[in-house]
Amino acid sequence: MRFDLTDDQRAVRDAIDELCRTRYSSVSARGYGCGEDDGSALWHELVASGWTGVAVSEEHGGQGLGTVELTLVCEGLGRALAPATFFGNAAAAMLVAAAGDEAQQKRWLRGFASGEARGALGSLQADGSALAYDAEGAAALVLVAPGRAAIAAADACTFEKTDGVDITRRLTRVRLGAVDDLRGDVDAAVDRVEVALSAELVGVANRAMDLAVEHARTRQQFGQPIGVHQAVSHRCADMLLDVESARSAVLCAAWTADNHPQALPFAASVAKVAAAQSAWRTTTGSLQVHGGIGFTWEHDCHLLLRRAVASGHLLGSAEWHLDRVAAQRGLGPAAA
Amino acid sequence: MDLSLTPAELAFRDELREWLVAHHPGPDPADTEGSIDHRLGWQRTLFDAGYSGISWPREHGGRGATLMEQAIFNEELVRARAPSPANVIGLVMGGPVIITHGTDDQRARFLAPILSGEEIWCQGFSEPNAGSDLAALTTQAVRDDNGWRINGQKVWTSFAHRATWCMLLAKTGGGDRHRNLTFFICNMKQPGVEVRPLRQATGDSEFNEIFFNDARVPDENVVGAVGDGWKVAITTLMFERAGLSAASALAIQLKLDELAELIRARGRQHDVTLSRRLSALVVATETMRLNGYRGLSRVIEHGVPGPEGSLAKIQWADINQRIGELAMDVLGGEALVTDPVWTRWMLRARANSIEGGTSEIQRNILAERVLNLPRMR
Repeated sequence: MRFDLTDDQRAVRDAIDELCRTRYSSVSARGYGCGEDDGSALWHELVASGWTGVAVSEEHGGQGLGTVELTLVCEGLGRALAPATFFGNAAAAMLVAAAGDEAQQKRWLRGFASGEARGALGSLQADGSALAYDAEGAAALVLVAPGRAAIAAADACTFEKTDGVDITRRLTRVRLGAVDDLRGDVDAAVDRVEVALSAELVGVANRAMDLAVEHARTRQQFGQPIGVHQAVSHRCADMLLDVESARSAVLCAAWTADNHPQALPFAASVAKVAAAQSAWRTTTGSLQVHGGIGFTWEHDCHLLLRRAVASGHLLGSAEWHLDRVAAQRGLGPAAA
Repeated sequence: MDLSLTPAELAFRDELREWLVAHHPGPDPADTEGSIDHRLGWQRTLFDAGYSGISWPREHGGRGATLMEQAIFNEELVRARAPSPANVIGLVMGGPVIITHGTDDQRARFLAPILSGEEIWCQGFSEPNAGSDLAALTTQAVRDDNGWRINGQKVWTSFAHRATWCMLLAKTGGGDRHRNLTFFICNMKQPGVEVRPLRQATGDSEFNEIFFNDARVPDENVVGAVGDGWKVAITTLMFERAGLSAASALAIQLKLDELAELIRARGRQHDVTLSRRLSALVVATETMRLNGYRGLSRVIEHGVPGPEGSLAKIQWADINQRIGELAMDVLGGEALVTDPVWTRWMLRARANSIEGGTSEIQRNILAERVLNLPRMR
């Protein structure tokens, strides 16, 4: 057993970090959310480097790497608060690859892999509409609801901008045209998407922790850095515990998705619960460590916090996953 | 990254599993002394089969297996509900310290009886006025013509009443408190050493106080150089934390199975509050297990345990305490009556965030040594 990235996997992580550092600052994230920046610089780099097809099979035009590699890309993009264009497209590809039939795979996967006909992820609402991130400009929407997934061509849908909590992404309400159900194992496919989403949350949590630690080292009060106080430093230590626990859980779930799929429901639930809790606690904790400056509009703390809340409640919430874990032990509302 | 066992690891595990079925020693007696006797016999059985000192080098009498195989061994013992060997302090700390810092003579003298369980070891670090601030200890070692004379008091010492040897940290000079300590191997069976049991909050006596009154230690029982005791002791503390968390996590999962059973037995399986508290613990325990294996992979790559061991230590204490609280809430009104399993668990877990370095000290370590936050004054 070796629970550690390979050199190739480290290279993936480093390449994404470098790309984000040079191409996507939090100024970009703000600009993208409010429509001042179209986010295309980062997207085109991701397309040009082939990252859009990282986990799509070579048969369908992708790189055929694993879910571990995909989560490393997602973590880096989460850290940078990147738009959902990459994540939504990767989610669409995973759903069609895992639950679509041959015709659906043939029609869509190649475009998702190359990034030329991008997919977006939406969640079906009770009223028959869907909520989706960064859907404008996509070729197709893959829609999920408990136990169901479907795909819709974007040109048959209408989009209406909606006020999202996460202001680094563009939330739209989608009026759907014709939808085409994915009839394979939807639950397993959604679990894979949860793992990618959890990886983004690990990136968010890690960034929030880094900002808090930096502030605790440099901010002077009473003539010394505030990080000398245990009320502050222990809060940071707890962030480390949360971040590393979530990272371990996400890496394990990603590996499990490719190598031990029958164990994926448990591993994916552990990953989502750990990542959602980690992101919430580190982003709120980071805002607190920053004090007043952390509560200003100009500081990034609230961008991270908003992302943590919104992504934490996208797909299955922590409560939903805790109930699934409990049910595996014969407990909870779903128990016999 | 590969979370499956290698063919060699798999072969090691399967052979061990089969062996455990044939040689399982039966359940651990409930009383502390009976349990030590039982586990001593068990250690001898393990030793005779080549399962003592799994990751110790062959030249020092160990099995020469990898740290990963050591972790697999620890997990399999838990899975089979077999006890851990009695001389755990010697196996996890004493032996590795002598292998790392000891002389050839010390290795020849001390290692074999640690492995067989013939000589039990204990650890004399903490004192009444030196707990978290270990370097503030006051036990004195004074050099004279016949070696060293020891005076002072140690506390919270497991196995002291059964031990032959004590890893003793004592003051040997003035000045910098991290440079005036020396690490001794002190014979416990001598007139100058008095052991008194310490009764703890659970009512049990797992620990002791040791009083040193002109106890003697010969020169050849100094480990490392005189004045280097702090450095040597830190190694033992690192070894204490490394490599045990995966097996501890498995033990907790088994306990959580019992707690789930208790919830069902009380007819409260549909109670969402209880079920979510339980599944949150299942999730936390799984991340602790994974952190343990990730940490272990790092140790294997970098050679030494790192401060990351503090992560698992904090998680372990927190999870055990939450299990105790949840069990009391499941018992409800029955929590007034002493329950042989859960009352003891609830009380005993309160020590988990104190023993082996308090959770606050662990957070200091993470803050200062991993996050590079400024050191507390």
